[in-house]
Amino acid sequence: MTIDWNHFTPWTSLAGGVLIGIAAAMLVLLNGRIAGVSGIVGGLLSPRREEIAWRLAFVGGLLAAPLLWRLFAAFPPARIDAGFGMLVAAGLLVGVGTRYGGGCTSGHGICGFSRLSPRSMVATCAFVAAGFATVYIARHFS
Amino acid sequence: MNAFAAFAAGLVFGIGLLLSGMTDPSKVIGFLDIAGSWDPSLLFVMGGGIGVGVLAFRAAGRRAQAFLGGAMQLPQARDIDGRLIGGSLVFGVGWGLAGFCPGPALVSFGAGYGKAAVFTAAMLGGMLLYQAAERLIHEPRRRARHGA
Repeated sequence: MTIDWNHFTPWTSLAGGVLIGIAAAMLVLLNGRIAGVSGIVGGLLSPRREEIAWRLAFVGGLLAAPLLWRLFAAFPPARIDAGFGMLVAAGLLVGVGTRYGGGCTSGHGICGFSRLSPRSMVATCAFVAAGFATVYIARHFS
Repeated sequence: MNAFAAFAAGLVFGIGLLLSGMTDPSKVIGFLDIAGSWDPSLLFVMGGGIGVGVLAFRAAGRRAQAFLGGAMQLPQARDIDGRLIGGSLVFGVGWGLAGFCPGPALVSFGAGYGKAAVFTAAMLGGMLLYQAAERLIHEPRRRARHGA
């Protein structure tokens, strides 16, 4: 293993993480809900009437964030190497997996760890390990 | 009021994702590539988020009601089972293939990236598949097992 110093961004990543933590704090303290993106979106697909508004509003905030960002700065770089077929396959796996697993990087990784939930810690270790293995095979075996 | 607070939280969450670098799939894959040239930035995102989160959830755990009046709805599930681990492994494979997880995918979709739109549509399809499986396979089995 070598560290990729050219792309390593400890300070902006830490600051971004703090903002994500503040957002999770806002949602749980004000609304009493967990800021888990897959759960919030999944709940919109079989909506109960009183559950729709806050879920749509949170997703609307995520979608609007880049518009607010662009008022002040250029978009940060983003490179998406996956092709169409790969994106479809990856999206399906992420959709199915997060719903069976009951959470994703935000719900288990940030909120679950913050709640010191053993269940979320196991889930996070599982998806990070699977991500490591997948990238290892994709990058170093082909 | 609740919807307004949720919108604000989503907005701050999205800005945090943009600032952190997590909306760049090549950077996420750089974190997952421990055997190659490794970018540990995502650990700092986790550290910042959890650092704030620990304080917030400690405060939340002491309250029965949220500050806007609704019930405090913290997860009750404790079970570590095949669904949790299997689902998380499947999610991790998808995450590693494209470098997108749900939050950054939605933010990139909002930024107008067509590829993020493709990923998001497929992700919603995957979530609908899960729901169909729940309704047609798992739910009837659970009912049969509990004799209801």
